[in-house]
Amino acid sequence: MTIGEPILNISIFGAFVAVTLVIVLRASRNNKTAADYYAAGRSFSGGQNGTAIAGDYLSAASFLGICGAIAINGYDGFLYSIGFLVAWLVALLLVAELLRNTGKYTMADVLSFRLRERPVRMAAATATLAVCFFYLLAQMAGAGGLVSLLLGINEAIGQSVVIAVVGALMILYVLVGGMKGTTWVQIIKAALLIVGAGVMTIWVLALYGFNLSDLLGAAAANSDTPVLEPGVQYGLTDLTRLDFLSLALALVLGTAGLPHVLMRFYTVPTAKEARRSVVWAIWAIGIFYLFTLVLGYGAGALIGKETITTAPGGVNSAAPLLAFELGGPVLLGIISAVAFATILAVVAGLTITAASSFAHDVYASVIKRGKVSPNGEVRVARITVVVIGILAIVGGIGVQGQNVAFLVALAFAIAASANLPTIIYSLFWKRFTTTGALLSMYGGLGSALLLIVLSPVVSGAETSIFKTVDFSVFPLNNPGIVSIPLGFLLGWLGSYLPGRKEDAAKASEMEVRSLTGIGAEKATSH
Amino acid sequence: MGDTAPSAPTDSAEFERIEASDRFKELKRRHRSFVFPVAALFLVWYFAYVLLADYAHDFMATPVLGNINVGLVLGLLQFVSTFAITTWYVSFANKRLDPIAEEIRTDAEAGILTTGTDTTTDSKGAVR
Repeated sequence: MTIGEPILNISIFGAFVAVTLVIVLRASRNNKTAADYYAAGRSFSGGQNGTAIAGDYLSAASFLGICGAIAINGYDGFLYSIGFLVAWLVALLLVAELLRNTGKYTMADVLSFRLRERPVRMAAATATLAVCFFYLLAQMAGAGGLVSLLLGINEAIGQSVVIAVVGALMILYVLVGGMKGTTWVQIIKAALLIVGAGVMTIWVLALYGFNLSDLLGAAAANSDTPVLEPGVQYGLTDLTRLDFLSLALALVLGTAGLPHVLMRFYTVPTAKEARRSVVWAIWAIGIFYLFTLVLGYGAGALIGKETITTAPGGVNSAAPLLAFELGGPVLLGIISAVAFATILAVVAGLTITAASSFAHDVYASVIKRGKVSPNGEVRVARITVVVIGILAIVGGIGVQGQNVAFLVALAFAIAASANLPTIIYSLFWKRFTTTGALLSMYGGLGSALLLIVLSPVVSGAETSIFKTVDFSVFPLNNPGIVSIPLGFLLGWLGSYLPGRKEDAAKASEMEVRSLTGIGAEKATSH
Repeated sequence: MGDTAPSAPTDSAEFERIEASDRFKELKRRHRSFVFPVAALFLVWYFAYVLLADYAHDFMATPVLGNINVGLVLGLLQFVSTFAITTWYVSFANKRLDPIAEEIRTDAEAGILTTGTDTTTDSKGAVR
């Protein structure tokens, strides 16, 4: 099945990419120092940065994944929107400003502030790479599905070529633009995505006389399951209910541990601007998720479950199919370009986070023990971008066909298990020790990864990566309900184990800095 | 350790002195007595909602207005409460946290100027 005109779709998309690349090139003229490359010279305003955070956050999972989940499973898909949004309160209240005041470029700066630097940096970088990798895989799966729908490409080889092209563009974006470039891409793309989804929302509502109840009624009438009630997907057995709880936990606690989101708090000049940018992001993201509720039910009402699940790209094709239904090939072309740019931009943001983490935390601080010129560090970051780009292409080809919002929820579970406990403890608990941090990070990361490998996601079910073998001894799809409490518990336990005493003066310094902003890195002056 | 901690305009004894000051204790108290209870509040409200959606399907399916049911209303209220808490925190931070943090910061940075250290330019010179 092919929808729309492949040539038109690609022309609109190509024009968009050309425009953004020009902007990246213009924005990156002054891109020289390490602070510029990673943290964009800390020169963005709260509003700009908040839009960029929204851009980083509203990935393929939010647009394609949630719309599809609501279109097919109705109310159960709505949980993704609510969890993804409420999670921002954790970031706003407990993490954003304190982090901005104590760190420099990456999450590990904060975590290793008063603990033993090298092991903690190494652990934080490992967790960062794991989260970024899972997040990247999800985006790649989304890109493959979207393009297969756009171009009517069903065969795996064609989709693999597409993923390779996306990967190449992404590497180019990051290499040329650095953080400042990707911030501009995020800002442009977030605006386009929100406006595009907004137009479609108004359009759908207009078809039902701006009566939400009528829209819901039409969606319910067009489905064989009670899509307006909870339980369609997760209400089947006690185990699926537990899985729902596990997912809810991972969603709400994951955001504040996402390394690419945390890094965005460093691209603003002060903690106050960090706060302002989170507030801005919460409004943008919240409004966008309200749109996806209408779009999801709209797709259910106007297109129907049957057509969506059998289209190339499956459940992830609900939003582009709805665009085609509403505005024909032109709207499909525009919306697909926006969705495509979304994936590209998120991938770029993730790649630069992983690259910075490797270059700054592993190479500069652990391998070279701080004896490296900032230029050398930037060069390693660039090489890392290329390597990660290639890994993402290969990995993306490996997971094509997997469910997008669901894969992202796994990245959230890893972030909440490996990163969040250590972030919270080191910001709020003076007794927290290096042993606690290492146990918590490696324990949270290891248990989350192990449970994913042993879950039905990887083996034994019809949707698994390995369908023919079954080693799924852990019955839940999302590991959060086990690995997140474990991460917190290990951090607490480890801090009571006998070990080297931590530097009390450093703990005082961190506490004072985190709340007052004394000595925080300021904006660079060009 | 040079890379972890951008050198501060104050030495560590200075930080311990600030930490022990009444002004800082007040800042810390205000911050924690806001963020902890509010975080607990929204987490309890979120998980109450999740548990209802998970285990009380019939209640969530109760119609409120046309096809709009209790579940949808509670879900939309999660959006409302998120926006409300955001606004509440910002006004709290602007009024109750920023002025006192600013005072402590200004005093600390002024204090170091009088003693004549300039570690700031050194550490940042390396970055530029």
